[in-house]
Amino acid sequence: MNWSKFFSMGGYALYVWGSYGVTFVLLGGEVLMLLKRKRDLAKRESSPGA
Amino acid sequence: MSSGRINWYKYAAPANFYPLAGKMIPWFALLTALLFIVGLYVGFFVAPTDFQQGEAYRIIFIHVPAAWMGMFLYVLMAIYAGIGWAFNARLASMMATAISTTGAIFTFISLVTGSLWGRPAWGVWWVWDARLTSTLILMFLYIGFISLQSSIDDPRRADRAGAVLALVGLINVPIIYFSVQWWNSLHQGATITAKSFKMAPSMLASMLILLAACWMYSIAVVLVRVRYIIREREHEAPWLAEAVALS
Amino acid sequence: MFGWLVWRDLILAWRRRADVLATLFFFVIVVSLFPLGIGPERETLKTIAPGVVWVAALLASMLSLGRMFGNDYQDGTLEQLLLTPQSTYLIVLGKTLAHWLVSELPLVIIAPVLGLQFGLSENSLAIVVVSLLLGTPVLSLVGAIGAALTLGLRAANVLVALLVLPLYIPVLIFGTGAVQASVGGTSPQAWLLLLAATVVLSLVFAPWATSAALKISVE
Repeated sequence: MNWSKFFSMGGYALYVWGSYGVTFVLLGGEVLMLLKRKRDLAKRESSPGA
Repeated sequence: MSSGRINWYKYAAPANFYPLAGKMIPWFALLTALLFIVGLYVGFFVAPTDFQQGEAYRIIFIHVPAAWMGMFLYVLMAIYAGIGWAFNARLASMMATAISTTGAIFTFISLVTGSLWGRPAWGVWWVWDARLTSTLILMFLYIGFISLQSSIDDPRRADRAGAVLALVGLINVPIIYFSVQWWNSLHQGATITAKSFKMAPSMLASMLILLAACWMYSIAVVLVRVRYIIREREHEAPWLAEAVALS
Repeated sequence: MFGWLVWRDLILAWRRRADVLATLFFFVIVVSLFPLGIGPERETLKTIAPGVVWVAALLASMLSLGRMFGNDYQDGTLEQLLLTPQSTYLIVLGKTLAHWLVSELPLVIIAPVLGLQFGLSENSLAIVVVSLLLGTPVLSLVGAIGAALTLGLRAANVLVALLVLPLYIPVLIFGTGAVQASVGGTSPQAWLLLLAATVVLSLVFAPWATSAALKISVE
């Protein structure tokens, strides 16, 4: 497996890895936002008078 | 006396839906991971290099599924919103709200990956053809829906207003698509027609597997989000505290 | 009742004619800004004229949408109107007509004068007027939906713009298409027919969606 060829993607590394990078950053960000929402909810539910 | 048939209607109540969703989420998360791994493997290690576009074409394995997800999720969101409005079903409206964020993100991904593919494939970052323009409008429709719902404090008003907007938008998208297509056909030279792309079976396979992965992801994420929405809106409900503790 | 409603809105608009005139002046100023920003080259101006006039008309329309139901919503009149046995569809149609007469028609009338700034021929100016005459009713009809959805919300003006602009795009394309055809020497007929079709469709569906939105916002 020629790793250098894999990473350079025939010179299109910016476009290909940029695309997948953006995708996973955004989807990961969505998951992180949900985790934050869960924490905020837990905080609100555990505080008195909730 | 149960005849063996499940009463599906009971799951329309948030109290019953909440634990059911909780049980389903891990399975969808697992499927998401598996399908992404397999799909990416096929896309990068099995699918051959394209004759015309070289390695750059591999972007389509995620671009096309993201674009389809943006569109399917919008339709699904509009349907749920419509059901929530027509039948006064709170849970359906909550599903619509839960879907909106994910749909918007996929649409944005499809715009960005589309640009990143367009540049090496056809030399331009953007082109005002019917498909790209409609995707941009779809992005605006999602932003409008999300903004409208966040501006309204009363949850039921937010649900119903969102439903009207989503349904009006649904009708609008095909109209925009055809009007832009007509507009383009009369402005020769402003369009770059997508060169027909010969797809090897492994390319199609990767695309479809990743589409399935996106579906599993969407279901998992939407179910997680709708449970949080239920907790936020039904926080007074007696069944909630116990259900939350259990899952 | 329908006639009464339209007349009432016209009188109210007359009492607040500063608001109405402001929209008109906005249209004039925006259109005039473009040559200043882009340069006085005649051919360029002729090319951009259809788009500039139409986009300015869209933006000016959006500014005026808040007034369609806003004032009546605030003093409770809207709620009373919705409670009458009069069909909401007709109430909406009446208010839309009043809005069109007050906020859109002035734009149509002044547009040909502005078109002169761009060096358009008499034929093209005529098409500008016709396309706006056909298109602006759609702007009122469809804009009403956005106005109804955002009643009483904070930052309603900006939100209305966000919601309604995507819906305006087909009208924009057809309207500018007609004028561009005329400028380019081809027949604008097909575009004008599309505009006419859009008006008919909007007349049938938009007031219904607006009624639904009003009931949702007022409850």
